[in-house]
Amino acid sequence: MPIGAVTWSFTEGDFGAITITLQRFLYDAKARSALLVDRSGQLVATVGEPPTFDATAFASLTAADFSANDQLARLIGENDFRMLFHQGERESMYLADIARQVILVVLFDNRTTLGLVRLRMKTAVDDLTRVFEGVFARGHTRGDPRGGTRDDPRGGTRDGTRDAAPPGILAGADDEIDRLFQ
Amino acid sequence: MINYASREINCKIVFYGPGLGGKTTNLEYVYGKVSPSTRGKLISLATETERTLFFDFLPVDLGTIRGFKTRFHLYTVPGQVYYNASRKLILKGVDGVVFVADSQAERAEANLESMQNLYDNMAAYGYDLTRMPFVIQYNKRDLPNAAPMADLQAMLNPGWEVTDPSRMRPLADPFRPGEFLVSQLPTGEWVERVPYFEAVAVTGDGVFDTLKAVSKLVLKTLA
Repeated sequence: MPIGAVTWSFTEGDFGAITITLQRFLYDAKARSALLVDRSGQLVATVGEPPTFDATAFASLTAADFSANDQLARLIGENDFRMLFHQGERESMYLADIARQVILVVLFDNRTTLGLVRLRMKTAVDDLTRVFEGVFARGHTRGDPRGGTRDDPRGGTRDGTRDAAPPGILAGADDEIDRLFQ
Repeated sequence: MINYASREINCKIVFYGPGLGGKTTNLEYVYGKVSPSTRGKLISLATETERTLFFDFLPVDLGTIRGFKTRFHLYTVPGQVYYNASRKLILKGVDGVVFVADSQAERAEANLESMQNLYDNMAAYGYDLTRMPFVIQYNKRDLPNAAPMADLQAMLNPGWEVTDPSRMRPLADPFRPGEFLVSQLPTGEWVERVPYFEAVAVTGDGVFDTLKAVSKLVLKTLA
């Protein structure tokens, strides 16, 4: 049984691939900006026009929105809703699941159409799914900034003794952590 | 989640507990006391009568460690039994849990029910609550009908059995000098309890002690 939430990290290479995919998509779909949010509600990346709103709050609400809709889907006999669309008078948003861990949010206005966004989104979702599946499959080299997932940060017992796991990103930073709380 | 691109460590802390126990009050106090430059907006999805419908959310920046900005995302869940579906959703991806118990003697059953519900919901995600950052806050200590701490501890924090022989030794409670998290019962059995704090969330007593403790435990899991 995993001890806690499965967490992960991606490399600069992954980040580059994600950015290029989303830039191409935004150009093709004539959309304004794209945000990637993980399922726990944390903002992973933004591409395109920088958000003028509170992106942190937006990310947490996005994850909640998607999770609530997943449950609604189950109530009506679906596994999930892979895509959600919210239409506004001027601004609209389209949300899509990526590899069941990340949510792609696309913001667009009336300079484009829902049809074009939806059409271009399919390729972008496929490309991003490939990138993220690679990220999640890459093993469990906890805390390695060059790659791998930071999986199971709680790889030990409560008193801090650990199994034979590699040191985490904050290894040896106990004093620094203590200082934060003084 | 560690974001190497933006050099950020983001951690999710969830305040859990029975309805009207003071979870939202904890966040409101933190929101009111922390400098606006180090916190974001307090988002509350509540009913018209101020009861939490889905969650409250408050991001707080703690500082920088090893060049990484550490940001804690604080969430509360709706305490009412009725809202279990949405309560469970908030636990997804949680890094640390604060159980806010209502000290009033007549809320004993609600506390127990909520604690059981927390274990169940965590298990449904495959998370093992006994092995992750978890603290208990006994709120409303100022009320005349508050139950004695010993009773609350016996009920909500009796400790789980330690089965690993290497851990069968007293472990001091870093937050309470003279007390122990791992200890041996008169029966010979070793048990481990979680750190606990007394609080009066409306006045802020114990609020930051609780938050600091769980945040520190979360960061130590990365060390």
